[in-house]
Amino acid sequence: MKAAPTIKRHMIAVLVDNEPGVLARVIGLFSGRGYNIESLTVSEVDADVGLSRINLVTIGTPMVIEQIKNQLDRLVPVHTVHDLTEEGPHVEAELVLVKVVGVGDKRVEALRIADIFGAKVDDTTLESFIFRLDGQTEKIDRFIELMRPLGLVEVARTGGVAISRGSEGIKPLASTWSVSE
Amino acid sequence: MSDKMTGSEIVLRALVDQNVDIVFGYPGGAILPIYDTLHQQNSIRHILVRQEGGAVHAAEGYARSTGKVGVVLVTSGPGATNAVTGLTDAMMDSVPVVCLTGQVPTHLIGNDAFQEADTTGITRTCTKHNYLVKNIEDLARIVHEAFYVARSGRPGPVVIDLPKDILQAPGSYAPPSGNGHRTYKPRLKGDLGQIGKAVELMAKAERPLFYCGGGVINAGPKASQLLTELVRLSGYPCTLTLMGLGAIPASNPQFLGMVGMHGTYESNLAMYNCDVMINIGARFDDRVTGNLAGFSPDSAKIHVDIDPSSINKNVRVDIPIIGDVGHVLEDMIKVWKARQCSPDRRKLDAWWKQIDKWRQRDCLRYEASDKLIKPQYALERLRDLTKDRDDVFVTTEVGQHQMWAAQFLPFEKPNRWMTSGGLGTMGYGLPAAMGVQVAHPDALVIDVAGEASILMNIQEMSTLSQYRLPVKIFILNNEYMGMVRQWQELLHGGRYSESYMESLPDFVKLAESFNAVGLRAEKPSELDGIIEEMIAVDRPVIADILVDKTENCFPMIPSGAAHNEMLLGRNDQAANPVSEEGMILV
Repeated sequence: MKAAPTIKRHMIAVLVDNEPGVLARVIGLFSGRGYNIESLTVSEVDADVGLSRINLVTIGTPMVIEQIKNQLDRLVPVHTVHDLTEEGPHVEAELVLVKVVGVGDKRVEALRIADIFGAKVDDTTLESFIFRLDGQTEKIDRFIELMRPLGLVEVARTGGVAISRGSEGIKPLASTWSVSE
Repeated sequence: MSDKMTGSEIVLRALVDQNVDIVFGYPGGAILPIYDTLHQQNSIRHILVRQEGGAVHAAEGYARSTGKVGVVLVTSGPGATNAVTGLTDAMMDSVPVVCLTGQVPTHLIGNDAFQEADTTGITRTCTKHNYLVKNIEDLARIVHEAFYVARSGRPGPVVIDLPKDILQAPGSYAPPSGNGHRTYKPRLKGDLGQIGKAVELMAKAERPLFYCGGGVINAGPKASQLLTELVRLSGYPCTLTLMGLGAIPASNPQFLGMVGMHGTYESNLAMYNCDVMINIGARFDDRVTGNLAGFSPDSAKIHVDIDPSSINKNVRVDIPIIGDVGHVLEDMIKVWKARQCSPDRRKLDAWWKQIDKWRQRDCLRYEASDKLIKPQYALERLRDLTKDRDDVFVTTEVGQHQMWAAQFLPFEKPNRWMTSGGLGTMGYGLPAAMGVQVAHPDALVIDVAGEASILMNIQEMSTLSQYRLPVKIFILNNEYMGMVRQWQELLHGGRYSESYMESLPDFVKLAESFNAVGLRAEKPSELDGIIEEMIAVDRPVIADILVDKTENCFPMIPSGAAHNEMLLGRNDQAANPVSEEGMILV
């Protein structure tokens, strides 16, 4: 018997031309071929040449992950596809806004835990807080779990972004940045 | 800066600069400006189809038989949605097509305007790429880019959606830049290290097999010559997929016939038993592999493909080579010669001996009859009565007749065989034949059809008539959707749910009503005369060949089975019921 292939989480960075429909192409690829998207963020990163970066987290067996990367790479507006999980150590971060409603002990406890996590208070009323926290996904998961019994009413998360450690940068096919060869 | 032109003029000028001489299309409100410009020029010929779906298949037939990009011109809304099946077909079979669709004016987009459809949204997954032109100054660049994308790398369909106001706006024209595309630059040369490893593995093989597909055809006629040379140099057997027929000559003694679900016994058993599989431009499609768990279990696999996403998609391979088949074959031959590779003759002879044993099963044999026309017999007669001609092009519809045509008609050259492989589109053959005939006016173009499929695009008879395209439609008429019926026998207890073709037209009268020639053969003795007349007539012909209604297509690998579990005929069919797992597969 063959061992079941291991399913692993991968952080993938995709540099694309910032043209209409490019995000729909990427998302359509995932839904059309039955791949998973755990999270996805996209924003323009170089306005001068119209370059956007999609950061996506997906899970799959090594064969599926390889397919995902190849399928992404063959989309016409895609410059490069980088599997940061595969390529080595990288810094990963995510931002969350959490609204917690409560009074008395629960309110005090929520504030105390937020302080421990280094979350900022972005808004407060006499019975609510909005906390802002950034960091790794696991840390944000834990923070949300702790807030749940303390009056959690709303969560807005950005999904993860990541960048590899060290001096090397991902080189797009066209850019105004100074990139070392 | 050159003088201002209208959007329509820019489009047509760009088509001319892309060496387009023919477009297949159908007018309508949003695309009218282009039709008006078309009316005022002589460089581009327009073929008016009778339904937009026919235009795309015609462009596919044109493209597959010439190696050029096929061009389609349709209007917005229903024009574009009717084109979707053809675009999906071209996507699945990697056919280069550029489809220009009209669109409502930009200020109306999103307003549910008359004949508005979200064409770029609808066609996003059935095209290689698509564009909505929102700025007249992008127009010329986009048209040139679309042609580059359609024909480069793994070819495919590209849609350009053209809002009506853009077509009428003044803008400036720019000729093709020669730069192709900013980001899309497919790799052509294969990695020499990988090619070296592949040749080493090939040379050491004891039971080698070339398994080649449509990628060889798409790489151009030179690639087919190179493949034939490498097959000859090595002395190895070669099988072809449905899309690859013609990549090496059918008469080549090293050719084992087609592989896959209805492939030959010798091809499929060679696939199962080989120790080195050399896949050139094929994609391990499920019609070829059968049950993946039992697919060629003992072979090391080499896979040459221009599309990296084809590698390791269905089957893990040992030596992937990404590149254009033509370039890679050239390098393979160089390395093979430079290293003076000489495979182990004794082992190879033993392998050929085994293959010859399989060949002796004569898997395409059928029971002859002097009362009923067997469909296989009809195709054998068609083969023999056209064998002295060098200009025969064959298209097919989809079903039993398609598989029989693939089994029984020999293709000596690439680009002579046009069939809907990946999508399996009934109704493909007639419009595709139309496109082939437009590209090769003097050739003998035959659409091998079934009576069910042909009705799916029968309106194109009118196009044949208008342009005097002498396409020969050879209907193997068994009054059933034969392949559906065959599966119902195999999987559903012979309950022929909705597969009988009730109320068929009289095809002879139908032909005549379109100003074409209608012929009918009911007995084997009539067949040769009918085929000869069909070929001789210089007009479109429907030859209605009434064949044995009960004949099924063998050999067959039933769904869920592996290559060594082929059914060779009806008796096998009864003895080997399909597994429950197989029942759910298509």
